[in-house]
Amino acid sequence: MFKSIKFFWQAIRQLSGDDAYERYLIHYAQHHSADGEPLSKKAFFKQWQDEKWRGVKRCC
Amino acid sequence: MNILLKNTLWIAVAVLGASAVSGIALNRGEPINALWFITAALCVYAIGYRFYAAWIATTVLMVDETRATPAERLENGSDFVPTNKWIVFGHHFAAIAGPGPLVGPTLAAQFGYLPGTLWILFGAVLGGCVQDMVTLFLSTRRDAKSLGQMARDELGALGGTAALIATFAIMIILIAVLGLVVVNAMKHSPWATFTVSATIPIAMIVGVYMRYIRVGQVLEASALGVVLLLLAVAGGRVIDESATLRVLFDHEGLTLAWWVMAYGFAAAILPVWLLLAPRDYLSTYMKLGTITLLAVAIILLQPDVKMPAITQFIDGTGPIFGGKLFPFVFITIACGAISGFHALIASGTTPKLLTNERDIRMIGYGGMLLESFVAVMAMIAATVLDPGVFFAINSSAGVVGKEAVDAVAKISSWGYPVTVEQMQLLAQQMGEATLFARTGGAPSLAVGMASIFGSAFGQSMLALWYHFAIMFEAIFILTTLDAGTRVGRFMLQDILGNKWAAMGQTSWLPSVIFTSAVVVSAWGYFLYIGVIDPNGGVNILWPLFGIANQMLAAIALCVATGILVKSDKGKFAFITGAPLLWLIIITSTAAWQKLTSDDIRIGFLAAANDLSSKLTAGLLPPDKAAIAPKLIFNFQLDAVLTVFFVCLLWLIVFDMVRVCVRYFMGKPIPALTESPHIPSRLVEDWVRD
Repeated sequence: MFKSIKFFWQAIRQLSGDDAYERYLIHYAQHHSADGEPLSKKAFFKQWQDEKWRGVKRCC
Repeated sequence: MNILLKNTLWIAVAVLGASAVSGIALNRGEPINALWFITAALCVYAIGYRFYAAWIATTVLMVDETRATPAERLENGSDFVPTNKWIVFGHHFAAIAGPGPLVGPTLAAQFGYLPGTLWILFGAVLGGCVQDMVTLFLSTRRDAKSLGQMARDELGALGGTAALIATFAIMIILIAVLGLVVVNAMKHSPWATFTVSATIPIAMIVGVYMRYIRVGQVLEASALGVVLLLLAVAGGRVIDESATLRVLFDHEGLTLAWWVMAYGFAAAILPVWLLLAPRDYLSTYMKLGTITLLAVAIILLQPDVKMPAITQFIDGTGPIFGGKLFPFVFITIACGAISGFHALIASGTTPKLLTNERDIRMIGYGGMLLESFVAVMAMIAATVLDPGVFFAINSSAGVVGKEAVDAVAKISSWGYPVTVEQMQLLAQQMGEATLFARTGGAPSLAVGMASIFGSAFGQSMLALWYHFAIMFEAIFILTTLDAGTRVGRFMLQDILGNKWAAMGQTSWLPSVIFTSAVVVSAWGYFLYIGVIDPNGGVNILWPLFGIANQMLAAIALCVATGILVKSDKGKFAFITGAPLLWLIIITSTAAWQKLTSDDIRIGFLAAANDLSSKLTAGLLPPDKAAIAPKLIFNFQLDAVLTVFFVCLLWLIVFDMVRVCVRYFMGKPIPALTESPHIPSRLVEDWVRD
């Protein structure tokens, strides 16, 4: 029961983008750790939002 | 599970589904319980998903779970990210489900509940779901390319250009008709106008909150927004009851239309984070929440459907829109059965997140099944109303007369009794001044939803539920309007950028203002005409939108059929070829009737000629004579647009057939652009563990 609630909550966080920065930090540590410091939360969020809205993202 | 048990179970599902479908199909004269619809839908979906979709995935497409997807191969941490399949499903569904499946079935309910319901069920299972799934598969195999790019690569330059033009045209007409739906819902309704306007500052508060106050705290900001939205729904009552405040929000349709246009222009120019992004969060939560609530309420309450299975309006004399059952039910319900727009989401956006090809069935086919289910619920919400009430809300003054007494007399004469007192009581319960001639589908859907919610969760709050439903529809209509205007602007900047580089810079202010103004004027024109049209405008714009959307679906199916043939799978090409053939038949027939019919409620040119002869003979009252030239021009423009859409459709069909014929004759054709097979490391890891 607790496990499924936890999965549900994580799904909601991921769907909404609430944990986007945390996931970015993990990705960065795995793939780009040699390139210097990752973006700050503010800078990342700005970039993430701008990218999300390029192109057809919503339908009728 | 034991094979025998499994088979027995599926036979039981098939028998239950068949009896539910024949139950709703053969029922005459008696009210029928809405649970029959839910049962029929779930059984048809289950069988389609388990057998047809599984067969397509394994035998036709041959999805390969050991093959790396673009998300894995091109992973970059931003747009290409391998993602859990449930999350991808959520993103995909949130992107494809808009107001379309709510409005279409409501309008098509004028034919009775049966034709629309059957088309929603079987159109989705055999057409729409297949289109979404196959497009998702093809784009996944081609580095997540867009539909337009795939059309260009696989068929030729013509296909790519056609897809681009079709997308732009649909966007314009879609925004105009949705704008009209919102305007009609707010017309002379201070409560609705206040609630809908309040969504704009609320979105901005949410935007500022997650940009500056608590950076990136999306859920926290959205929760705040949802609470504010609910307060705005309740606050509308205060406005409505205050004599001084209500005049501020009590407007004519035309005034509201100008405001909607000004809003669309502002939304296209303002930064994404301030308005578009936060509004999208709110509308997504509202959409998912309300749809779930509606499903729960229908199952709890089990309302009776009062509309007959088939009405006399299948002969083409319907009050909501003119035209016979065939082909117009198939044009009116596009989203929910088959929607070309989905092909744009299924190519380009969703494949960038897909971790494994085996999930294509669940996301592509399953996502569309859920949208189809939303359309079934909209059909239920429209048909639980007394048919007399349904027609009184949805018939324009131009058809049934301006005075309430005339309208009820006319509607009752069709065999759907309704009284002025009944309508007044209903309007009073819903907190509105009147519910007569509130065309566009939103008010009648809101009354239907309010009566379902009211009966399930408390009758005392009918007016609140009504305005909640209006707010729920308006918020994602406005999201589509924002997002569509912005996409239109980008497309236009892209096209102009080829000629004049500066115009192509998406952040150069003069270009931003110019292109936004062009896009807003394009849809604003159709919105304006729709508002001044005495017959409500929706009856003209919605079929045009349907034709355009089905044409885009035909383009997607052409690309898919062409690729199947080129991949030596010609014997399976019917999976997309058959829906394509059906779409060609219905769009061409509808377009033909729209052009040549002598009935002024169907034929654009007949309507234009009728109006101009009346105008020259001086038969029109002064107020109608003043707008007549504009309406005549609009009818002619609509006729030209229809011809244009059909020519585009036939061009791309011929292009696809040309490629297939050349393939069979062994002549050179554009090569398949499928990316090479690279084994998936994700699966390997999984096997090794």
